[in-house]
Amino acid sequence: MRLSPDEMIFWQHGFLKFNGTIVFTWGLMFVLAVGSKLITRNLSTELQRSRWQNLLEIVVTGIEKQIEDVGLRQPKKYIGFLGTLFLFVALASLCTVIPGYEPPTGSLSTTAALALCVLVAVPFFGIEEQGLGGYLKSYVEPTIIMLPFNIISELSRTLALAVRLFGNMMSGTMILAILLTITPFIFPIAMSALGLLTGMVQAYIFSILAAVYIAAATRGRKAKPMQDIKA
Amino acid sequence: MDNMTLIAIASIVTAGLTIALGSVGPALGEGRAVATALSSLAQQPDAATTITRTLFVGLAMIESIAIYCFVVSMILIFANPFWNHVIALTAGK
Repeated sequence: MRLSPDEMIFWQHGFLKFNGTIVFTWGLMFVLAVGSKLITRNLSTELQRSRWQNLLEIVVTGIEKQIEDVGLRQPKKYIGFLGTLFLFVALASLCTVIPGYEPPTGSLSTTAALALCVLVAVPFFGIEEQGLGGYLKSYVEPTIIMLPFNIISELSRTLALAVRLFGNMMSGTMILAILLTITPFIFPIAMSALGLLTGMVQAYIFSILAAVYIAAATRGRKAKPMQDIKA
Repeated sequence: MDNMTLIAIASIVTAGLTIALGSVGPALGEGRAVATALSSLAQQPDAATTITRTLFVGLAMIESIAIYCFVVSMILIFANPFWNHVIALTAGK
């Protein structure tokens, strides 16, 4: 019973291993980068545009509106990071319809890496927006006694992000594998559709939570918080 | 009862109990969250997008508790270090 795509070894030389996680992540990166490059080669601003460009525009403006709704006032600064998070996790989950594919987010390494990216990005954007002193001061609000709790909440948020995404993706593939051995074909197909749905929801949740954390770090004392979610 | 049997019994029972008890709390919490979200949607349909988005984020937070319990029970069944250790001991003997 395979717990993660880490155990699918494609090629091995000494201690250098290409396991399923790495190969599928490279495949996703290739599809995202080359696809976007090909579609944005001849952008048109008139009413007549190719359907792929239309699709990309829908996706990008949708993500931009979501980021703005969360409370980040200049979505163009953050859409590179947050949009990539969403697109990577969503595509990783969507491609489960391809036979022989295991989502790389079903491995704790990938989700931990993504959560670490968020852990680094939050102080980065916070310092960029409020300066080093202003950002560090937010750790001792409302009183200095809260300093260890704020630090712990920062670390536990990152852990929760990683384990949440890993648990959802891993449970989807595992339930599918178990069901395939005991039931006829109709149940695994229903579970596969449910897995697709939870994959998209988890992609949305991951990027929205990252956006909320960044918004909390860049907000400062000027505006009243719209949503103050700290896990 | 030797060590192997004890470890097997403890792992199996704990795995079942973990996921059984661990899904009760989140299920109740999610039910309450959706109920409150529905009633506030009925009161203010204009804020539907904000309410829906906050509902989804809250549901994901609650769901992650159940996911933690699921991960622990999976580890006990499939990646159990104590079981692996005891199997290695008997294989070495």
